[in-house]
Amino acid sequence: MSRITELDVNGARRRMDADADRTLLSVLRDDLDLTGAKYGCGEGQCAACTVLVDGQATKSCLTKVGSVAGKRIVTIEGLAQNGKLHPVQEAFLEADALQCGYCTPGMIMGAVSLLRRTPNPTDVEIVRGMNGHICRCGTYPRIVSAIQAAAKKGGRS
Amino acid sequence: MISRRDFFGVLGGGIVVVLIADDCDAQESGGGARRGTREATPETIGAWLHIGENGLVSVFTGKVEVGQNARTSLTQAVAEELHAPLAGIKMVMGDTALTPFDMGTVGSMTTPRMWPQMRKAAAAAREMLIDLATQKWSVDRASVSIADGKVTSASHTATFGELTHGEKLTRTIPGTLALTPATEWKVAGTSAPKVDGRDIVTGAHQYAYDMKRPGMLWAKVLYPPQFGATLLSLDAKAAEAMPGVKVVCDGNFVGVAAPDQAAAAAAVMALKAQWKPLTAETSAKDVAAYFRKNARDGAAPAAPLTTYNIAYIAHVPLEPRAAVAEWEDGKLTVWTGSQRPFGVRSELASSFEIPEDRVRVIVPDTGSGYGGKHQGDAAYEAARIAKAVGKPVKRNWTREEELTWAYFRPGGVIDVGGKLNPDGTIAEWEMHNYNSGPSGLQTPYHVPSKKEQYHQTKSPLRQGSYRGLAATANHFVRESYMDELAHSVNLDPLEFRLRNARDERLRAVIEAAAARFGWKERKKTAGRGFGIAGGFEKGSYVATCAEVSVDNATRAVKVLRAVVSFECGGIVNPEHLRNQVEGAVAMGIGGALFEHIDFADNKILTNRLSKYRLPRFADMPVIESVLLDRKDITPAGAGETPIVGIAPAVGNAIFDATGQRLRALPLAP
Repeated sequence: MSRITELDVNGARRRMDADADRTLLSVLRDDLDLTGAKYGCGEGQCAACTVLVDGQATKSCLTKVGSVAGKRIVTIEGLAQNGKLHPVQEAFLEADALQCGYCTPGMIMGAVSLLRRTPNPTDVEIVRGMNGHICRCGTYPRIVSAIQAAAKKGGRS
Repeated sequence: MISRRDFFGVLGGGIVVVLIADDCDAQESGGGARRGTREATPETIGAWLHIGENGLVSVFTGKVEVGQNARTSLTQAVAEELHAPLAGIKMVMGDTALTPFDMGTVGSMTTPRMWPQMRKAAAAAREMLIDLATQKWSVDRASVSIADGKVTSASHTATFGELTHGEKLTRTIPGTLALTPATEWKVAGTSAPKVDGRDIVTGAHQYAYDMKRPGMLWAKVLYPPQFGATLLSLDAKAAEAMPGVKVVCDGNFVGVAAPDQAAAAAAVMALKAQWKPLTAETSAKDVAAYFRKNARDGAAPAAPLTTYNIAYIAHVPLEPRAAVAEWEDGKLTVWTGSQRPFGVRSELASSFEIPEDRVRVIVPDTGSGYGGKHQGDAAYEAARIAKAVGKPVKRNWTREEELTWAYFRPGGVIDVGGKLNPDGTIAEWEMHNYNSGPSGLQTPYHVPSKKEQYHQTKSPLRQGSYRGLAATANHFVRESYMDELAHSVNLDPLEFRLRNARDERLRAVIEAAAARFGWKERKKTAGRGFGIAGGFEKGSYVATCAEVSVDNATRAVKVLRAVVSFECGGIVNPEHLRNQVEGAVAMGIGGALFEHIDFADNKILTNRLSKYRLPRFADMPVIESVLLDRKDITPAGAGETPIVGIAPAVGNAIFDATGQRLRALPLAP
């Protein structure tokens, strides 16, 4: 069985010894203690597990860790730089775009990826781009507002 | 719970205020206990507050944070009366070793009960600080004031820490202390931001699902293939041969512990179990007849009433049930996501036959509950397996387990009927609810002659509390039928409601929603419809207007716009209230249009998110909220009631669009 011994996570090389068939979500959470990416369904229906792989929003619960070796992985823990929040993180706080917050890390990573593809999205583009994410508390309209606000502030950074 | 003599040993020096709750009442709960449970006798302490020698204010409450922003609103309550900045106040919540007993974060009780208690405790602490300053400075007490966390009198000034340094003072106060009137609030009533928001947007917050303990094992439980099945035999040899795997079997309970999650799952797969099935008594298709047949008091005659049906639905908290359990010297500590930390403590103490003071339950801020996290299932499983293997154990439920083995919002059958006077006022009203529950069953409209009855019956599924309890089902039926009555005499649905609503607060929300929505100016076009609904529950009033489109070919319903007006007395945090009200509408669209639990042969068929449709971004209407701030009325909770209006408003709008009256949740034209 092939093993993965190193991953590029949040700009650092992280050592581990994991079966290549394991999910990226499990390796991040259980081996690397990066618990910001959440388990919500295990079948790609809720996107709470979203991380960036080479800049693309990726559902880590459906991603085998063997497929991301050598790729740049960014989790919610790696988004703020030197204690300064990413504009999308700030926008979520300012729009109060969360309640229990369990979906929030995945939402933010999804939004960051969306804004990289579409820097000035329409509401329709946000809804289409984010529709795979579930917020059970129902803060969807606020999340759309937060993404719009982040876009206006140059949310790509 | 800390003994009152131990305060300073545990918390350090300073001052402590102990608040005696002025009343303790029973609150609704849920989940149909799987195991025998018994609540401890409620203590009379409502909350306590400590100001340390470093000036940090710590406030202890048994309430928990599940996304309703109680952590923020309670912090505001303390800041308001203590005249201290929010950043200097730390809420310690839901830890049975540190916080006073609490029945649970249920029934929208945090704001009406705990919120004023926090204010009273803070007001008493403020007076203690003024006393200390008066003594230390030998000044006239009236000259001492507190603002922004500083105590001053003429040329004297001190931080809280400077005053509490070297002190060990306690004061016990009754719950009847006078408080700052709402019209003079400075911090309460404002849109303070979520106090722990940064931890959430950075991924730093650890939910129970995320928690780890040194040396812990991962647990998994083998559930029967069907509800009610009993274990005939178990062959665990293959599983026990796996490295590091231990199998725990006791009666019907079969669990494993393994070094990691994958190994635990593999071990459960390797178990060979034989189960004796239980014959299913009913299924989702015929459960309505089952409810009637099993009514304890005998079913009332359905004719000439009109029958509505309500599906079972699931809470689907995005964080599934999770727990970490650790035994040390016969003492059990459990970290778990729950709305009832003390209830879970009772369950554990009773299950393991140990005194409650040997069980500590700690609830990290939780990935939502909506009434669905009252029981300690994951906590019990983790503790049981941890006890058997002698190591800390983590038990995280999968979504499939959550959708199958948690409890549901009850399904139900509701019969309703009414007679009108010639002037369009209601003369008689009758409503019978089978199984879904009594909450919200009483009409808020003026009716001279009425009969409203909840009939207990048998539920084929495990059922319990849900956001708003049965108020959603009862409001759906009542407000749909109000529409039926209005149309039967060609009265506008708004006009009909106002003709029958005498309660000024109800009238106010209905009028506010209609005005913002533009009800009177609405223009009907093909495939579009408008609906309105109002109601009252748990001390607050709601009215909802909805506009829908119904696709002529596919019959797909889209809610285009929803206006909800809400009044819960004085508003304690407008932005967070708006968030709750809008979120309730968003969540309510699921139960209105597509959520339902399908079951047959004692199996849940909708056991994955791919089979259980939840509201998503694309389902969202434009949601507008109109908040009515009644500072003259004691604040009520707001996490539940805003959900009750959307389903009937949408159903009435579908009728307006299609002429088809839908008498079942979910609404499927």
